[in-house]
Amino acid sequence: MEMEKKKVLEELKQKFPEKIKEISVQFGDESIIVESGSLLDVVQFLKNEPCSYSMLLDLTCVDYKGQEPRFEMVYHLYSLSNKQRLRIKARLAEKDLWIDSLTSLWKNANWLEREIYDMFGVHFKGHPDLRRIFMYEGFEGYPLRKDYPLRKRQPRIPLRK
Amino acid sequence: MPTRIQKEARKESLLLNMGPSHPAMHGTIRIMLELDGERILNSEVEVGYLHRGFEKTCENRTYFNLLPYTDRLNYVSPLINNLGYVMTVEKMLGIEAPERAQYIRVIMSELSRVSDHLTCLAAIAMECGALTVLLYNMKAREFIWDVIESTTGARMTTSYIRIGGVRADLHPDYNAAIKKAIVETRKVLKDVHGLLDKNKIFLNRTRDIAVVSPETAISYGWTGPCLRSTGVYYDVRKAFPYAVYDRLDFEVPLGERGDNFDRYIVRMKEMEQSLRIIEQAMEKIPEPSSSQLMAKGIEPAEAIKASRAKKVEKKIRLSPNLEGSEKDKYKNILAKDKKYIVPPKEDTYTSIEGIINHFKFFMREHGIRPPKGEVYFSVEGGNGELGYYIVSDGTDKPYRLHLRAPCFHIVSALEEMIQGRYIADIIPTFGSTNMIGGELDR
Repeated sequence: MEMEKKKVLEELKQKFPEKIKEISVQFGDESIIVESGSLLDVVQFLKNEPCSYSMLLDLTCVDYKGQEPRFEMVYHLYSLSNKQRLRIKARLAEKDLWIDSLTSLWKNANWLEREIYDMFGVHFKGHPDLRRIFMYEGFEGYPLRKDYPLRKRQPRIPLRK
Repeated sequence: MPTRIQKEARKESLLLNMGPSHPAMHGTIRIMLELDGERILNSEVEVGYLHRGFEKTCENRTYFNLLPYTDRLNYVSPLINNLGYVMTVEKMLGIEAPERAQYIRVIMSELSRVSDHLTCLAAIAMECGALTVLLYNMKAREFIWDVIESTTGARMTTSYIRIGGVRADLHPDYNAAIKKAIVETRKVLKDVHGLLDKNKIFLNRTRDIAVVSPETAISYGWTGPCLRSTGVYYDVRKAFPYAVYDRLDFEVPLGERGDNFDRYIVRMKEMEQSLRIIEQAMEKIPEPSSSQLMAKGIEPAEAIKASRAKKVEKKIRLSPNLEGSEKDKYKNILAKDKKYIVPPKEDTYTSIEGIINHFKFFMREHGIRPPKGEVYFSVEGGNGELGYYIVSDGTDKPYRLHLRAPCFHIVSALEEMIQGRYIADIIPTFGSTNMIGGELDR
């Protein structure tokens, strides 16, 4: 099992030599950092045989306020046949806050990406229906960003006629 | 406001709102339907009515303080939510709970899983008109919650599983209580099988309805009983065994067709396996060093007075709230590393070192401070893979805490599941996804 995981990572490094910035292991979790523009290619490669990371387990974002680039997208993939997880990260600058949508590869990316758009304001290129999911229409700001105050209140929205 | 469906709807079809608060749907969710007669042409699911900023709140609490918030994610199986969070932090800290605590964790999470499945199936059956099943399942759940209550002190908001172990040792009478709960649950399962398995009404409403193929389920990121009902073998307890699951013998039931009925039957079979796990764990659990519940001794007030003159050697009688977490139980239920566990109350009351340790644990900027880095860990929840992703910046608060909620992925497939079916099919289909608002909306 461990061997196979190494093989996948090595293959990945050979296939995308300049797009993979870093491969690291921490607390037993493998993670790779990719260039944000090449995410779709890398993930597509990982999804297909022989790597067969067929499941998008989770998708989230972290706001590193004060760092440049500020946002980090975090994807967790799972391979059912090899019983392995893999974390993929990509950094996004605040000025250029978009990344390719994974909706063409996985169906659950639709809602997951809407959540990230709602909470962080990240735009997903190619998403069919990008709008808020938890917050209401007319909500201002992105609540999970670090510069959004914890107890901030928003004005009530007027009744619709 | 559902906007997509309003744009896309045909002129001659009817738009109908179901929810956010609908008597036949448990949980606040809004489904807007585009109908042709009773046939659903299209639908749009709107969630977020229970969004309370769980992740944002946790990022502003210390690692110890945010534990009660995890209870509120899934009110029927809070112990599994506790366990997932706690084990994620333990993975960062690199500590492990003692063996007895590991077994207690397994027993508690399996009891929670049974109560979770019982609740889900009770709801499906009730919504299909079988009220008896609801009453039977609630009866069995009551016996299970008695055990949980006697162990944790609460029925729903338990906060029982703590970083490094568990809050208190098992109640001395737990053995009899669990055995009774198992016997009663088995009886109920048998009755429910008899009531529903060949029931024409139930079969008509569940068999071959909302069929989900394995490919679709994987594409939607389904996990747990819903994924297994389609025939895909994935269980976190088997793929990444945590606690002591690798030492216990159990099977992972699979479905064949991936319809509503399979989701029902997989949950039924899973409960039987959970009961098997509990029985094995009860046999294998290491004996405690002392089974005495409350140490008999002097009152805390007297001990404090006496400690001013010299060190108190006698045992101290604690408040009944602290039952099971006496100092001599600590080695059974909590990790050895003193930095990460609440100091025993006996020490806090009577010695200066004890009170310093107490304050150091609870003071801001002190307490539990995991090393810098990020970690993902998941447990098998009632609905599927319940994962926590925590980013630590080395302080006492998580920099980022994200929950992978299993039913977020499952409910996102609801639109596809009900497309082209009748309105009446929404009810059992939605029931079989076991949507839990607290977990979905966070």
